[in-house]
Amino acid sequence: MLEGLLIGLQTALSLQNLLMVIGGCLIGTFIGMLPGLGPMSIIAIMIPVAISMGDPSAALILLAGVYYGAIFGGSTSSILLNAPGVAGTVASSFDGYPMARQGKAGKALTIAAIASFAGGTIGALLLMVFAPALSSVALLFHSAEYFALMVVGLSAIAAFAGTGQVAKAMLMTLLGLIMATVGEGALFNMPRFTMGLMDLQSGFGFITLAMAMFALPEALFLVLKPKDAGSADGEIKDLRISRAEAKSIAPVIGRQSIQGFFIGVLPGAGATIASFLGYAVERNIAPKKEQEEFGKGSIKGLAAPETANNAACTGSFVPLLTLGIPGSGTTAILLGALIALNVTPGPRLMLDEPQVFWAVIMSMFIGNLVLLVLNLPLIPYIAKVLSVPRNYLIPFILFFTLMGAYIGQNNATELLLLVGFGIFATILRFADYPLAPLLIGFILGGMLEDNFSRSMQLYDGVSFIWERPMTLGLLVIAVILVILPSYRARRAKLRSQGVADGD
Amino acid sequence: MALDRWIALVLLGICLIYGYTAWFTMDDTLAPFMRRNPIWPSTFPKVLSVLAIIAALIILLGIEKGEPKIGDIDYRRLGDYKIGQALMLLGLMVAYALLLRPAGFLFSTVGFLAGGSFILGERRWIMMLLVSGIATGIVWYLVQVVLGIFLRPLPGFLVGG
Repeated sequence: MLEGLLIGLQTALSLQNLLMVIGGCLIGTFIGMLPGLGPMSIIAIMIPVAISMGDPSAALILLAGVYYGAIFGGSTSSILLNAPGVAGTVASSFDGYPMARQGKAGKALTIAAIASFAGGTIGALLLMVFAPALSSVALLFHSAEYFALMVVGLSAIAAFAGTGQVAKAMLMTLLGLIMATVGEGALFNMPRFTMGLMDLQSGFGFITLAMAMFALPEALFLVLKPKDAGSADGEIKDLRISRAEAKSIAPVIGRQSIQGFFIGVLPGAGATIASFLGYAVERNIAPKKEQEEFGKGSIKGLAAPETANNAACTGSFVPLLTLGIPGSGTTAILLGALIALNVTPGPRLMLDEPQVFWAVIMSMFIGNLVLLVLNLPLIPYIAKVLSVPRNYLIPFILFFTLMGAYIGQNNATELLLLVGFGIFATILRFADYPLAPLLIGFILGGMLEDNFSRSMQLYDGVSFIWERPMTLGLLVIAVILVILPSYRARRAKLRSQGVADGD
Repeated sequence: MALDRWIALVLLGICLIYGYTAWFTMDDTLAPFMRRNPIWPSTFPKVLSVLAIIAALIILLGIEKGEPKIGDIDYRRLGDYKIGQALMLLGLMVAYALLLRPAGFLFSTVGFLAGGSFILGERRWIMMLLVSGIATGIVWYLVQVVLGIFLRPLPGFLVGG
């Protein structure tokens, strides 16, 4: 591990990569602060830039920096304006905004920054321990297990979608998988489902789809319903916190780093669930007197979700780096970028390209440090971006989505596809269909089919499902994951109607 | 019928067409030697189409009951939102897509950015053109020179191509 760390340090500390981390964090903070633009959109917009750099380590370092910056920027707008830019920072506004209203905006931002730093750093330490261990197990996997593992991942994402949403998330995942089969695959060397259109020969563009699913609907929502973002009134000053305050949030940070990390590892859970759960847990275990302060400007209530969401972001890198399976929309976009750069994440990544693996981990530490040391003092100035009038802001967001799709493919038809899919995605959002599963399905589709086909060929049919106990076990888990939430919802409903349970 | 079930109906139609292609028409063109393979190009799509049709039917028939939830935007009252501006911006994006090649990057981008601000209610013309002009120049420089991706700056007839 020490050797890997040194390789990582060497790569991450090169001048170019340091600039990438710093630049990524700044850009991420800057855009993440704008209400309505989440990390997925920002990363999607940055991908063409990252891909055209050609160096996978630098690209991943840039994108990871943007990711962390976006989460940090999201907390800033949650605290200052009560307008979270990212779902994962909604819980931060519960106590952060009351603090800002009491004139303690500076203190709230410092607590957020320290909690994020600690969450991210402890998360990265845990990643260093768990990723290599998981990788060595994953090396024993056969393509049948891979296929089953991906099915488990996709089912978990659907299962975590919430009550009454499982079928919608499933349908979106399947739609993503269906879209992935369009075009000429390497496996069969024949075009499928192209409807005779030349433009579909190479399939749908991943960047176009990412932009259309996230950036464009978010921009359109900003147009449709202007968020009444109040102005960040008052100066941000007095960034210091007292020793007693530091002492009281330290155990919260410790607990939430670990809890957040493990929630982040689960596919489909991610930063949002981690932050809400972190908030709830800390409120429940706090002494009675402090409990009453939650929601009115409690520092513990701010530290808990901030630590948990950053630790969860780090945790979500575990399945991506060790199995090559993204558990969230953001890591799915990162996976797409890596594939475009000819790097296949998975258990072999650490053996074949240790410099990429370790550089990413190292850049997590550096990125967290940059956010704490560089961004915190700059926040009062960066917060000025909140006063850019939307008349200018929205055309620019739309322009960057268009540019991203155009640069990726150099094809104007792609822009029309972007608008078409964007409208489709906006309508889907109106009806509360989750969009991340579609993109995850689309990105995993190719790999899922490859592994499925390889197993079919090796076993001359579907017998691999019952001949390999691990594959069978994983597939059973996948089925349980999908059926359980709706079964429990149904039982709860029957019970509430006073109908006796059958068992 | 609520919007989510209408969407399920449309998606069901798409899945049925996809499934029909996978089950009945795709294998006609398969080379004879590939027919002995355990896996055909249509195998995976066949599985997907069946699962997707089941999922769409579950939503359409309302088998999985959920609480009706109103998200950020209530589509039943679309008229209350700035739907006109949104549609005009989408139109502007389509126009940009169609004009990018013929009119060149610089003209179409300045037009897009200024037009977008205009649609959103900006009327300070000089400010608008200045901001879009400078931004266009910077982006063009970054893409063309720093990233090295060719973007034709001017209309075709001005540069003889």
